Amino acid sequence: MLVSELKPFEDILEYLDGEKNVFLVGCKGCAEACQTGGEAQVLEMKQKLEEEEKAITGYTIIDFACEKALVASKLRGHWSEVMDADSLLVMSCGIGVQATSAVIDKVVHPACNTISLGGAVGTWPGSERCRQCGDCVLDLTAGICPLTACTKGLLNGPCGGAKDGKCEFEPEVRDCGWHLIYERLKKLGQLDKMREIAPLKDRSKMQPPKHLRSTIMWALEQEEREVAPR
Amino acid sequence: MSLEQALSKGKFVITAEVGPPKGVDIEEMLEDAELMRGRVDGVNVTDQQSSVMRLGSLAACHLLKQRGLEPIYQVTCRDRNRIALQSDLLSAYVLGIENVLCLTGDYVSLGDHPDAEPVFDLDSVSLLQAAKALQQGKDLAMKELKGSPRFFLGAVVTPGADPLEPQLIKMEKKVKAGAQFFQTQAIYEPERFEQFMQAVNHLKVPVLVGIILLRSAAMARFMNKNVAGVHVPESLIEEMDQAEDKAKKGIEIAARLIRDMKGTCQGVHIMAIGLEKRVPAILDAAGL
Repeated sequence: MLVSELKPFEDILEYLDGEKNVFLVGCKGCAEACQTGGEAQVLEMKQKLEEEEKAITGYTIIDFACEKALVASKLRGHWSEVMDADSLLVMSCGIGVQATSAVIDKVVHPACNTISLGGAVGTWPGSERCRQCGDCVLDLTAGICPLTACTKGLLNGPCGGAKDGKCEFEPEVRDCGWHLIYERLKKLGQLDKMREIAPLKDRSKMQPPKHLRSTIMWALEQEEREVAPR
Repeated sequence: MSLEQALSKGKFVITAEVGPPKGVDIEEMLEDAELMRGRVDGVNVTDQQSSVMRLGSLAACHLLKQRGLEPIYQVTCRDRNRIALQSDLLSAYVLGIENVLCLTGDYVSLGDHPDAEPVFDLDSVSLLQAAKALQQGKDLAMKELKGSPRFFLGAVVTPGADPLEPQLIKMEKKVKAGAQFFQTQAIYEPERFEQFMQAVNHLKVPVLVGIILLRSAAMARFMNKNVAGVHVPESLIEEMDQAEDKAKKGIEIAARLIRDMKGTCQGVHIMAIGLEKRVPAILDAAGL
């Protein structure tokens, strides 16, 4: 199971600044289990965004948003709603955000911070990786994670080591992550995002709180909390 | 005269680099540095270049400073986290070292300890921010310093990168973060360099054009194939190939490049990579 938490709503509103129409993507995998991207949360997000005068063109909830093929086929089922949107808000872990970004040429925003991959893992990812940094930066980087796509995990752009779009580490096989980010930002008309100096990474957020080290325990506690009020 | 003073006086500045040894025998490094005395405005000391474990650049800079030379302390983010990097910057300042060149650093796989942990807690931009914060009396945790250092901060850029735009974007960020001068990756095409200089003109920051001394046609071909952002044109490779005296030809080409690019930038940075003894000859041939 992968544990994520919703980003503060103000952060999400900031991402959506200047955009009117939004398509929501939820996840029935781990995100639902940790109550950040299941149907209830997606509907709640829809309502909150509508209160902020955003138009929700539609939503879908995917069994494992980390799997690109599933994301692509689900989005095809909502094609006109997706096309009508300025951007997609993805309520899943970092892999789901990247998988969505990989299958559609639209701006994709993360709604969650990914905290921990542990316990019974339900993820089904392709080439996308999430470092569970607890402070997702995918909004700045066109839905491609600089921590995992860049070998050095750089946050402010490419180093001088990339040649022909390839990384100095394993240049035969490995793309320069920042080359991919640059190309995609350019395609989406978002190059200004690359001009912002990235905030210093708070590495302490990479250490999940002790109670999350065992996600099974966490799930049980979650269950108890829900049962208790009844 | 310090590097900063030389640049502010509008002098065409000259810097060259020396590499600390792998070990503690510092004689040759000091000999190389001695050759630069009176000829250059600053001597760069590389920080475990190409990720090969060596004597540290801070200690080597200190040795140069003791001998009255003007060191440029190269610092990379590869091996140290933000605590160590900030501490090293403070250490440099108390040893009288003010010129700091902030780099990301090569990946560990390029060197002789490919199994080492790559750190990269900071990157070149945030390292500049850290140095600037220290100058303003605070560290990255916003904690007050007891006495603050003063630096002349440098950074690097690759004018021959393709595409160039990501490099320009990052260069702009480096200026915003505190970079006061730039030394470039080697470039062998004066026209391309001139275009680059036009593109960065608005940044109003001094640029020292990078020159790597050629030793053979094979070396040029090797760089074309393996070194990011470096392109030696075929005509120069042929010149090297046909030259009987390769050493002389390499010096001649370097001097010609300096003369061709001198008018478009504020200085030159010579990387002789093991052939430091030829630096004075390059400067003589370039009329510097």
